[in-house]
Amino acid sequence: MSVQQLRKIFALESEETLQHMEDALLQLEKEPTDKEAINTLFRSAHTIKGSSGIVGLDAISAFTHTLENVLDRVRNGDLAMDLALIQLLLACHDHVRNWTNLSIDNPDVQDAALQANTVTLQERLREYLRETPKPAPAPVEPTPPPATPKTQDSLPSLPEQDKEEAQASKVTVLQEQLVEDTNWHISLRFAEDALCNGIEPLAIVRYLEERGRIVSLSTLLDTMPAAVEMNPESCYLGFEIAFKTEADKESVESMLDLVRDYCKVQILPPHSLLSRYIDLIQALPENTMRLGDILLKSGTLTPHELQAGLHLQNTQLLPANAPSDTQAQRRIGEILVEQGAVPQVLVDAALDKQKQVRDTKIHIQQTLQVDAEKLDQLINLVGELVIANASVRLLSQQNDSERLNDSIATMSRLVEDIRNSSLRMRMVHIGNTFNRFRRMVHDISRELGKSIDLVLEGSETELDKSMVEKINDPLMHLVRNAIDHGIEAAQLRVSLGKAPQGTLHLNAYHDSGNIVIEVSDDGRGLDRDKILNKALEKGLITADQELTERDIDRLIFEPGISTATAVTELSGRGVGLDVVKRNISELNGSVEVDSLRGEGTRIRIYLPLTLAIIDGFLFCSGNAAFVVPLDRVIECVEVSRNGLSEHEGYLNLRGRVLPLLYLDRLFSLGQDTNPEAATRRQNIIVVRHGEQQAGLVVNSLQGEFQAVIKPLGKILEHLHGVSGATILGSGEVALILDVPALIQKYAKLDFESSRHPPVATPKLI
Amino acid sequence: MHISLEEDDDGLCVIHLAGNLVLSEAAALKTALLDALKRHLDIEVHLSEVSELDSAGFQVLVLAKREALQTHKSLHLCKHSPAVLEVLETYRMVSYFGDPLVLSGTRDNDESGGTA
Repeated sequence: MSVQQLRKIFALESEETLQHMEDALLQLEKEPTDKEAINTLFRSAHTIKGSSGIVGLDAISAFTHTLENVLDRVRNGDLAMDLALIQLLLACHDHVRNWTNLSIDNPDVQDAALQANTVTLQERLREYLRETPKPAPAPVEPTPPPATPKTQDSLPSLPEQDKEEAQASKVTVLQEQLVEDTNWHISLRFAEDALCNGIEPLAIVRYLEERGRIVSLSTLLDTMPAAVEMNPESCYLGFEIAFKTEADKESVESMLDLVRDYCKVQILPPHSLLSRYIDLIQALPENTMRLGDILLKSGTLTPHELQAGLHLQNTQLLPANAPSDTQAQRRIGEILVEQGAVPQVLVDAALDKQKQVRDTKIHIQQTLQVDAEKLDQLINLVGELVIANASVRLLSQQNDSERLNDSIATMSRLVEDIRNSSLRMRMVHIGNTFNRFRRMVHDISRELGKSIDLVLEGSETELDKSMVEKINDPLMHLVRNAIDHGIEAAQLRVSLGKAPQGTLHLNAYHDSGNIVIEVSDDGRGLDRDKILNKALEKGLITADQELTERDIDRLIFEPGISTATAVTELSGRGVGLDVVKRNISELNGSVEVDSLRGEGTRIRIYLPLTLAIIDGFLFCSGNAAFVVPLDRVIECVEVSRNGLSEHEGYLNLRGRVLPLLYLDRLFSLGQDTNPEAATRRQNIIVVRHGEQQAGLVVNSLQGEFQAVIKPLGKILEHLHGVSGATILGSGEVALILDVPALIQKYAKLDFESSRHPPVATPKLI
Repeated sequence: MHISLEEDDDGLCVIHLAGNLVLSEAAALKTALLDALKRHLDIEVHLSEVSELDSAGFQVLVLAKREALQTHKSLHLCKHSPAVLEVLETYRMVSYFGDPLVLSGTRDNDESGGTA
């Protein structure tokens, strides 16, 4: 794997980590003492620091290191999280995000603005480090462990400083928190054949006693097997020793050189990294709790340290560092040794630990990254399979073999299952998209001095991956609009008797084969007079046109309409909502708007659930076959021709008015040639879009059908009322009807202008 | 190494250990102690005659004690010789056996051994 590939993976992972960071920051803004959020923040910074170091982005690593130090102080309660700090951290977050993206191709980005920003932010971060300098524990040993780089220096020139920081961060990739204990910690595990080879553990302990003071010693015989299996000549001894000595690292290590061949030796200098101890605990065969206990009893770790360490150990397994080949890791290890910062033993332990983290990651990672293209290919094939299956079924029905029909029915069911699960593979939660708006709402509302509460609902609603990406921009427009135009300033709200804080709802749910995404606010609502005036001005409507309220509302999606009196940075230029509508139409979706003056606006986006295969309802009209998405169908009714001719175009369906669409006339199909047609009852399929219903008058019903949607060619692209085509089992082509378009275009206007609204306007939130 | 067993009428078994409890004798020591544990509920191990104890011997003593604890029998070390005491103290294992020490002159009582 090339370094560049590594960097790509790093950038990808960081994206996710940064998102967690942002979420945590926004959470902290609401609740500055949220422990969990602070921990998340710290972990995120730590993860980025570590992995950026591994992929050689030292400058990023150095920067996030400073960030981490500040966060560490917050975590330890030395620093309170306030709004100013949150703002700074958000700025740092943006900076890192920007930086990582720029670094994918060019690890040494030489962007002046970027560098300047780095310096400024770092300086500001350092102020937080400086504020109340914590007295560092006086190093007892001449060679203290890799420590936090001193940041008190007056501002050095950038490259130098970066270099220094970069080096430091390489060393501190593995660093966490220093332990207070001033003793060396020696961990010994004798090999089973130690005694036979003339090693006497007693002698080692006595030797150590001569060279320093054994503050505490725990003898471990946990590995000694049950009596029957215990070999009296094997050695099962292990020791955890807290050792006080004035000797340096090398001498302490040399004290134990004699036994190294027959003993696993681990030495931690005084004030070692907490994570080292945790690594140690993990690496040893004994039970974690037991070793933790021993370290506590011997005073090596304070209870707080132990707890923090174990917590860290757990959390590190989750975000994990960027997957990297051992070469990259080894490089860091080598650097560490070269710099003489860390003895080989410690590096080994650290490398082991990293490997372990990676292994665990593989274990817990239950999701698989699959190329979207491969998935598309699979879905195409499944589509073909569905068509082939339909044709087989047709043949079998003609053959009239019961056994054949049975097995084909089974196969059809399986094909359907395959179809469903392969389509589900493309589904993702909309929550991630929603979450991105938190930050946006936060920023914009700050900028405008409005106080806005963003409420997210239905985050777990799933929709097609490709749709998620395309829906982001339109949603952003809508959210901006709502904040800028919809929600009033706090003072105005209070004077109107509303709560000073505005509420913006983002909601997603499934509705009859559609995904509905709602953006609603409790702001001022649409000003219909203004819209009308503007539309007249732009020549979109004529003065004598009679428009319903809904029609007026819908005008906001026309180009050039803006009701904002002032053009702001955010919106008001009259560009936007028409783009929103176009984007959504491209996805075969539609937009609706509800508004109550003074109470709010709700915009609903309807999107098809899937773009590939649908459950359809097959019918014939004239001599052609059509399919409507099954989810659109409410019911089918039969009506005698007489019943229809009374009120051409409408039907009294159980007391409700149902506009009718005569498909044969609409599409200029030939009359049904069947001689019985004149006397036969008419079939009506009741379909719906949102709250609108309509009846399609058709000749014959064929029943449910799995339709693989084939896009229409260029020539038919602009055909109204048809969204695609599908191939029947017989090889015939059937058109798939675009119900929303049909209803809006042909059924609705007439209907609304002639009768009272069919459904009461829903109450706004 | 010399091992001798005494049984009294109450079921108490007293084992006298003497000489060097070292690696070469560890197997024999193990057999003797485990045998005794199988047949008796209550065992006293007299150590006053022990002139040398090494890690192998120490391990066997620990094994016997552990076995006794697991089977809810009682095994006590008593009359520790200086050699035994020195080892137990070096390994901070006096408290593990939990027996009263007859000899005085302990150097420091910083035992921190856990329980198995």
